Amino acid sequence: MPAVQETVDRVRQIDVDQYKYGFVTDIESEKAPKGLNEDTVRFISGKKNEPQWMLDWRLEAFRRWQTMREPTWARVHYPKIDYQDAYYYAAPKAFKAPKSLADVDPELLRTYEKLGIPLKEQEILAGVRKQGEPSQLDGDMMEGMRSSGRVAVDAVFDSVSVATTFKEELKRAGVIFMPISEAIQEHPELIKKYLGSVVPTSDNFFATLNSAVFSDGSFVYVPKGVRCPMELSTYFRINEQNTGQFERTLIIADAGAYVSYLEGCTAPMRDENQLHAAVVELVALDDAEIKYSTVQNWYPGDAEGKGGIFNFVTKRGDCRGKNSKISWTQVETGSAITWKYPSCILRGDNSRGEFYSIAISNGYQQVDSGTKMIHLGKNTVSRIISKGISAGKSQNTYRGLVTAHRRATGARNFTNCDSLLIGDQCGAHTVPYMEAKNSSAVFEHEASTSKISEDMLFYCQSRGMSAEEATALVVNGFVKDVLQQLPMEFAVEAQKLISISLEGSVG
Amino acid sequence: MSLLEIKNLHVEIEDEGKKILNGLTLTIEKGQVAAIMGPNGSGKSTLAYVLAGRPGYAVTEGDILLDGESILEMEPNERAAKGVFLAFQYPVEVPGVATMTFLRTALNAQRKLRGEAEVSTPEFIKLVRDTSDKLGISQDMLRRGVNVGFSGGEKKRAEILQMAILQPRIAVLDETDSGLDIDALRIVSEGVNRLRSPERSMIVITHYQRLLNYIVPDVVHVMAKGRVVRTGGKELALELEAKGYAQYTDEAA
Repeated sequence: MPAVQETVDRVRQIDVDQYKYGFVTDIESEKAPKGLNEDTVRFISGKKNEPQWMLDWRLEAFRRWQTMREPTWARVHYPKIDYQDAYYYAAPKAFKAPKSLADVDPELLRTYEKLGIPLKEQEILAGVRKQGEPSQLDGDMMEGMRSSGRVAVDAVFDSVSVATTFKEELKRAGVIFMPISEAIQEHPELIKKYLGSVVPTSDNFFATLNSAVFSDGSFVYVPKGVRCPMELSTYFRINEQNTGQFERTLIIADAGAYVSYLEGCTAPMRDENQLHAAVVELVALDDAEIKYSTVQNWYPGDAEGKGGIFNFVTKRGDCRGKNSKISWTQVETGSAITWKYPSCILRGDNSRGEFYSIAISNGYQQVDSGTKMIHLGKNTVSRIISKGISAGKSQNTYRGLVTAHRRATGARNFTNCDSLLIGDQCGAHTVPYMEAKNSSAVFEHEASTSKISEDMLFYCQSRGMSAEEATALVVNGFVKDVLQQLPMEFAVEAQKLISISLEGSVG
Repeated sequence: MSLLEIKNLHVEIEDEGKKILNGLTLTIEKGQVAAIMGPNGSGKSTLAYVLAGRPGYAVTEGDILLDGESILEMEPNERAAKGVFLAFQYPVEVPGVATMTFLRTALNAQRKLRGEAEVSTPEFIKLVRDTSDKLGISQDMLRRGVNVGFSGGEKKRAEILQMAILQPRIAVLDETDSGLDIDALRIVSEGVNRLRSPERSMIVITHYQRLLNYIVPDVVHVMAKGRVVRTGGKELALELEAKGYAQYTDEAA
C-alpha cells in the first residue's frame, strides 16, 4: 500500500491544533550555573570527565566564539538572543550512565513512550531488556518493520544520552554507536582524527558555540566494508526550561561501509524561545555511503508566534573518498526559526551528494533552509530536491549554493525547488547561488511556486474528503518524491507530522 | 417522495453578483435518468456545481432537497457521503497522488461520514480492478497521479471509474461527452449504463443529442436562461437536434 494513504488514515485520528509532544517530564535536573564563560565550558567538560585535549579544544572554540558575530544574512527575524541568560548544561539529577535499561529512570522511559513512533521504543526497549536471549518480540518486530528491519536508538534527553539500544548486536558487526561523551573516553583516536574535520571549530558562530559547549550527541563508526545491520537513530528532546541543547553528532563510514541514520526531535511547549545549535559531521571514505534522515518537530511556538525553538544547526558531510555518497533527507515541520543547510563536500572523484528536503512552515514560523554542494573532485554529482510548503503567516526560504571548483571536471548538479502556498498571508522565497569555475560543469535548476487551488480542493471534497483531508492528500502528493527517500517506517511518521503541522491552515 | 427536488432555485456568482439560475425547478425520481440540454450559458454547469456544493455560488432563493432534506448548508464532502456525485466536465489534476490512493481515500472518507467501516484492502483492490478493466483503464493509469497526463478520453473514463467505485445515489454527468471520439463515447456510455439501477438516479448534461443515443434518458429537460423551459420524453432530444435552441432562448426572454 502506498505510504501516502496511511497518512490520510492517520490524519483522522489526530487531535486538531495541538502540539502533542508539548508535555513536560517532571524530573529533577542538575544544571550548570546560568550564563556562559570559560568556567561553564570547564564545568561541562568536567561533568563528562573529559581528557585535557578535549577541554583545550573546547576552550579554543570558546575563545574564538567570543570574537565572532551572529550571522544576519538569513531571511529570519528574531529578538536578540542573550547568551548569558540560559543554561548550557542540564542533566536528570544524579545521572550516572545507565548500564542497562533497568537502571534508566522509569519517568524517562515513560517520556519516550509518550513520544511514540519515530523510535518504536516500546518494542526496541523491550528488545534490549531481553538482550542476549532470543526473544519472541524480536521476531515480531522484524516482521512488523518491513525491509529496513530494526532500529537502534540513542536517546538524548536535554544534555545527556540516556539509552543506547542494540549496542551488543552492533558491536558484533563491528559498528560503534554510542554517546559521543563515551566515545571521547573509549575511542579518543577516532575523535581526535575526525571531530571538527568537516565543520572546523572556526566554521560559523553557532558551530563554534556548539564546539565550546556541546554536551552530548551520537557517535557512529562503521568499519571497512561493513554494512550496518540496522537503522541507527537518535532521539533528541529538550525538556528543561531555559536550556539550550547543543548536541554533536559524528558519523564515519570507513571504506566500503554503509549506514543509514535518523534523528528525531521534539520539545515541550514553553513561552520563551529555546536555543538549539547542533553540529553534525559526516565522513564517507572510499566507496562508502551515509544516508542521514531528519524528522524535526521542535515546538514551533503558539498561534501568536510566542515561544518555540530557535534551530540554528550546522550539518555537513564530507565525501572524502572516491565513489563515496552522502544523502541528506530532512522533514522540517517544527521550530520557530530554522536556520539549517545540510551540505556535501564532494571531495573524492565520482562522489555523489544528495539533498532531499520538505520544509513546512505554518503560524509565524520562519524557515531559511537549503544546502550547499561543493564540487571539488572529478565527475562529482549532486542532486537537490526541495519542497517548501508555507501556510498561515509563515515565511519559507530555500537558500542553496552549488559550486564547482577548477579541478572539478565533469561536475554535474540537478536542482529542483518547488514551493507550495496555502492561503495568502505566507511567503515562499528561493535564493539559489551557482558558481562554476570549470567550464565542463553542468548545472540544472528548476523552480516552481504554486498555490493549492480551490479547484483541486473542491474536486477532492466533492469525492467525500473534508477540506483538511483534501489538503493533506494534495500536500502528500507534492512531497512524495522526498518522502520516498525516507526509510519506510519514518516516512509514515513524517506524513503524520506534515498533516499535524498543516492543521487549521485551510477553511 | 422524489429523490431530488430543486425548488425555485436562484443562484448568482459571488462577488460578481451575476445571476445564473432564475427560479429553476426540477424533480428527479428514484432510478430516473434525466437529460438536461440547452445552449451555452443556460446555466447547466452552474446547476451541476451548485448541486455538488462548489464555493463561489450564492443561492439567493429556493432550495435543493435530497430525500426531502435540504442540502444547501452541507459541505461538498457531506453531500458526497449522502450520495451526490459530479462527473466533472474538466476533471482536475492532482499531481503525485495515485488514482488508486485517491479513490481509496475518497471511499473511506465517505464511509466514515456515514458511520461505516473502512473498506478492506483486498476487497478494494478487487473492486477497482474489475471496474477499471471494463472501462479499459490500465493498471499503469491507476498508479499515475490523478488525471495527470491523461488524455481527454482517459479523464472521462476515470470519472466514470470514480462513480462506479463511490456508488452514488444521484450522479450528475456534466458534458461527459465533450472531447470524446466515437469509441471513447461508447466505452464511457457503456460504463454509465452498467451503473443504471432502480436505486440510482442520473442527471446527464449535454449539448448534443448524440450522447443520448447511447445513454437513453427517461426524460429530457430543456434549460434556457437559468430555468427549465420544456420537459419531454427522449424524442424531445431529436427535435432539438433538428430545430436547434433558438426558439427556447426567445421564449425564455
